[in-house]
Amino acid sequence: MKAPLSWLREVVALPSDVTTTALSEAFVRAGLNVESVEPVGHDILGPVVVGRVLKFADEPQKNGKTIRWVQVDVGPTHNGPGDADWEGPHRSVVCGALNFAVGDLVVVSLPGSSLAGGFQIAARKTYGHVSDGMICAEDELGIGHDHSGIIVLPTVDDAGRRLEPGDDPAEALHLRDHVLDIDVTPDMGYCLSIRGLGREAGQAFEARFADPVQRATPAATAAGYPVVLNAPECGLFVAVSVRGIDPTRPTPRWMSRRLVLAGMRSISLAVDITNYVMILTGQPLHAYDADKLSGSIVVRKASAGEQIVTLDGQTRRLDADDLLITDDSGPIGIAGVMGGESTEISDSSTNVLIEAANFDPDTISRALRRHGLPSEASKRFHRGVDPNAAYSAAHLVADLLNELAGGTPVEAETIAGGVAAMPTQVIDAALPGRILGLDVPSERVVSILRSSGVTVEVDADQLSVTPPTWRPDLVDAYDYVEEVGRKVGFDALPSLVPVAPAGRGLTHVQLARRAVNRALVDAGLVELLTLPFLASSELDALAIPANDERRQLVRLANPLAETSPYLRSTLLPGLFAAVARNTSRGNDDLGLFETGSVFYGPTGVAPIPSVAKRPSAAELTEIEAALPSQPKHLAIVLAGAWRKAGWQGAGEAAGWQQAFALADVAATAVGATFVRSAAEVAPWHPGRCAALSVAGEVIGYAGELHPDVVRAAGLPSRTCAVELNVDALIRLAPDKGTIAPLSSHPVAKEDVALVVDAVVTAGDVAAALTEGAGALLESVALFDVFTGGAVPAGKKSLAFALRFRAPDRTLAEAEIAAAKGAAVASAHERTGAELRSF
Amino acid sequence: MSDAQPLDEAAVEAMVSEALAAIAVADTVADLRSVRLAHTGEKAPLALANREIGRLSPADRKVVGQLLGQARARVNEALAARQEAVAAAETAQALVAERIDVTLPVELSPVGAVHPITGLMDRLEDVFVAMGWEVAEGPELEAEWLNFDALNFRPDHPARLMQDTLFVSPVEKHLLMRTHTSPVQIRAMLQRELPIYVVCPGKVYRADEYDATHLPVFHQLEGLVVDKGISMAHLKGTLDHMARSVFGEGMETRLRPHYFPFTEPSAEIDLKCFVCKGASVGNPDAPCRTCRSEGWIEWGGCGVVNPRVLQACGIDTDVYSGFAFGMGIDRTVMFRNSATDLRDFVEGDVRFSRSMKGMAR
Repeated sequence: MKAPLSWLREVVALPSDVTTTALSEAFVRAGLNVESVEPVGHDILGPVVVGRVLKFADEPQKNGKTIRWVQVDVGPTHNGPGDADWEGPHRSVVCGALNFAVGDLVVVSLPGSSLAGGFQIAARKTYGHVSDGMICAEDELGIGHDHSGIIVLPTVDDAGRRLEPGDDPAEALHLRDHVLDIDVTPDMGYCLSIRGLGREAGQAFEARFADPVQRATPAATAAGYPVVLNAPECGLFVAVSVRGIDPTRPTPRWMSRRLVLAGMRSISLAVDITNYVMILTGQPLHAYDADKLSGSIVVRKASAGEQIVTLDGQTRRLDADDLLITDDSGPIGIAGVMGGESTEISDSSTNVLIEAANFDPDTISRALRRHGLPSEASKRFHRGVDPNAAYSAAHLVADLLNELAGGTPVEAETIAGGVAAMPTQVIDAALPGRILGLDVPSERVVSILRSSGVTVEVDADQLSVTPPTWRPDLVDAYDYVEEVGRKVGFDALPSLVPVAPAGRGLTHVQLARRAVNRALVDAGLVELLTLPFLASSELDALAIPANDERRQLVRLANPLAETSPYLRSTLLPGLFAAVARNTSRGNDDLGLFETGSVFYGPTGVAPIPSVAKRPSAAELTEIEAALPSQPKHLAIVLAGAWRKAGWQGAGEAAGWQQAFALADVAATAVGATFVRSAAEVAPWHPGRCAALSVAGEVIGYAGELHPDVVRAAGLPSRTCAVELNVDALIRLAPDKGTIAPLSSHPVAKEDVALVVDAVVTAGDVAAALTEGAGALLESVALFDVFTGGAVPAGKKSLAFALRFRAPDRTLAEAEIAAAKGAAVASAHERTGAELRSF
Repeated sequence: MSDAQPLDEAAVEAMVSEALAAIAVADTVADLRSVRLAHTGEKAPLALANREIGRLSPADRKVVGQLLGQARARVNEALAARQEAVAAAETAQALVAERIDVTLPVELSPVGAVHPITGLMDRLEDVFVAMGWEVAEGPELEAEWLNFDALNFRPDHPARLMQDTLFVSPVEKHLLMRTHTSPVQIRAMLQRELPIYVVCPGKVYRADEYDATHLPVFHQLEGLVVDKGISMAHLKGTLDHMARSVFGEGMETRLRPHYFPFTEPSAEIDLKCFVCKGASVGNPDAPCRTCRSEGWIEWGGCGVVNPRVLQACGIDTDVYSGFAFGMGIDRTVMFRNSATDLRDFVEGDVRFSRSMKGMAR
């Protein structure tokens, strides 16, 4: 809502020392956020004066244009001496416009003046003359967009003063003002008017407010134009006729200026008057050409297949939920949204029917969305308009049509429907103070509410309150709390920190998730957060098969980009895109990770229980069941060098070893240990991928990517990746952990070299050794892998360091030998391992 | 050793002198080791002389024994002193030889970095945990009822428009991407015992444009308190504490009345512009880009929990009241750490995360 300060001051007697800064601060304190205060006209500086045209000559130019060589009287202070063109004192200027006559008053900017946008005026040589200034058009003064001709001033200004050459035209042009641009929240629809803002300003500065809505709404009458209300969504329809307006009359400058400052365009006098009264009162109005109406006006819902051509020339298909204004010809307007073309007022209309109606906000809200038609009317209606403003507004329009357009208001008028009584309720006078946390005495509550227009009856500590018709937002007791709070000012509230009961800190899961993150960062990875939208082609690039869980995608109804309509079921595509972006920006060696939700699996229909009470357990269960799986995943991508080559020696490429080790870092951070087993899963290299399991459950994969995927995704060769379910990792990790007693007895170290088939995994051999060695084994660690030499083809030698220790004694040689023997026997039995004997 | 050379004082002195001379010229630990062997070993002159003592008369035996004992002590003493000096010299030499270039680049492992959002989120959680609050979480893909209805959004509320909210297809399923973390508040009220003191951090989604100042996916931290006797003053105190924890002591805040369906009274919380400190207001000569010369920076929304919301969660509004607040973490990082383009938050350039080294911030 753009409110010119001069207009506000007309309805509220603000003390003259109230600055625009003070006013806008008061509005902000009251919940009316002032987005900007724009001074207008203050950039017009220097000698800009009224001039009278004395004489002119039109001079056609070679370029096809005609310029006018004009002599103007700009008053004794500014006139130059007479010359060959005009013997008396004057100035001569070149003008490109031709829309004025000798004797007209015009606006002349003389050398040394500065116009809108800092345009400097100086005497300059042009078209064979020295132009000693400029005759101004609206746009040059910043008061309008019209550049079709120069401004021709009236002989008297809007205040009735005669204009003379040399006068300052600022007053006549309503040149200087301040415009407050106010962001009005949905609950304060009444502030989409000078009336509402004036009332708020009056309250803030305790200044007298003159309500432009003065007439009470009379009882229903059908004396005027016939109107039938066939829909409860229209509660009131006032129809007032004005006959015999002069359609050639222009809009007075003061009115068009205010409309422009309020962000509207000047269209025609009749339309400008309805818009002017709307901004003043908040009541949207419509003017029909009465001669184009046929039969009764009927307000009803649309029927299937109906259409209307709206004022903007668009043919619109109507919905059964649309509320219509119709006559015998069919729809003539979408109620509260936009009028129809067929009954539009034109430059030849003389008889006007004014509509001032009140419509159900939600109905208008749906219609404006459906038709994509946010208009000045719908903006107000969907927030709720004071039903009691309709009658006054209609008459303000009629009065202005009489005064400015010479029309004659018709006495017989129609009032269909009426103004419903506002609901009364009882509130505790202490409630505002209690909820605000501030002592607000009962009397203060009463006086604040009364000044907001609320009818208050006091019964001890109970207040019986009835909101005014312009405050449909005052519904609940807490709405009155807010009203008191706004007027007391939130800056008056004390600042108290509530004391919470003893908390339990972060949960195990939250701590574990942080531990994983921190461990990966400490290990050298950079955390990213990528956008979670996915194209199915990205899964194709990963060669993910059709029956994979990750193909059970959740689609958005209104994706931001039709090319990526799904929610991610894997974090990898986002990280791959990040790798590509980084390498293109010269960041080559990358260790990236992201933790975030992925989405897959079937979705159900979620119920919408009543909000009057807590939903039933069954309803809550049904809601949960409708949600798809959305576990938190962790993904790591490694590309380029893990360790750069440098003065210390050769570098180390990021390979599957790091991928495995980093997966282990994540597991270790939560006290878990991954068991790796060979897996063939997209998008990994079938020979270089490990399934990661904890407690026998596979919760992720790690390894080198499939070369085809690397190519398709445009990744550096041998890029490696990990993706695992963090929720599952934390669920399977030990909760608290145990600390076994530390044995201080000596450790016995035994190495064994075992020859196995090349396909046997080190993990299986280690597991078999562990199994066989029994309780005395403290650890087993692979320290060498060897092929060739004396090892037969198709075989490999694995060397393990075994450590034995007892909790209570020094181990005897025989015990150690027995345990070692049992370990080797187990490895032999389960993996065919032979003790290397060469 | 021969009979011709009796073990007299001069002879012993000669042996000692010879030993001391050898010790004096030994200037490495290795040299000294051979000197020690030559002059104190089994075949050293003094050792051999010692063996002769048995053949002497008891009277001579005592004198010579004493002589030799003193001689050996002098040699050992000299050896020890020399040993110390030589070792010290060798160490000193080694320390010079082992001098390194301390400016050589070294790296234990690559340098990682936490995303600034995670860093600030953890920090904020810690502030509230220290106050005894707990951290509540919920799903990002959420039921419409939890995201809107339970929060007193009427069916025709504009936020429910497809242009503002990302809905799951088909829309008849009433599933959506949560537009705020407030459904977590509803879940907290449905699941937790009263009183409730929680913060709800997490990702939220809007069908918003993607540019330097808008992201379709961003992060919020919301807070909720439901207890007996809770007022808006408690909200103000909590926000003041939070603002000072994140931005430092002396940070000023302002509550400005606003409208949200789920709170009543509602307010927006502003932070005093920490660039111009309000000096740019009404001062066109010194405009401030951070606060657009408004003196304040909008931080988030807040208010007293609308009793209708408590009611939808089955909480007795005659006994309990509450407050709630929420702020965008991405925006907070933006003005706290002077980030200029929100797209950098999600585009994954490692330099973005790396620009905030370390976690203790």
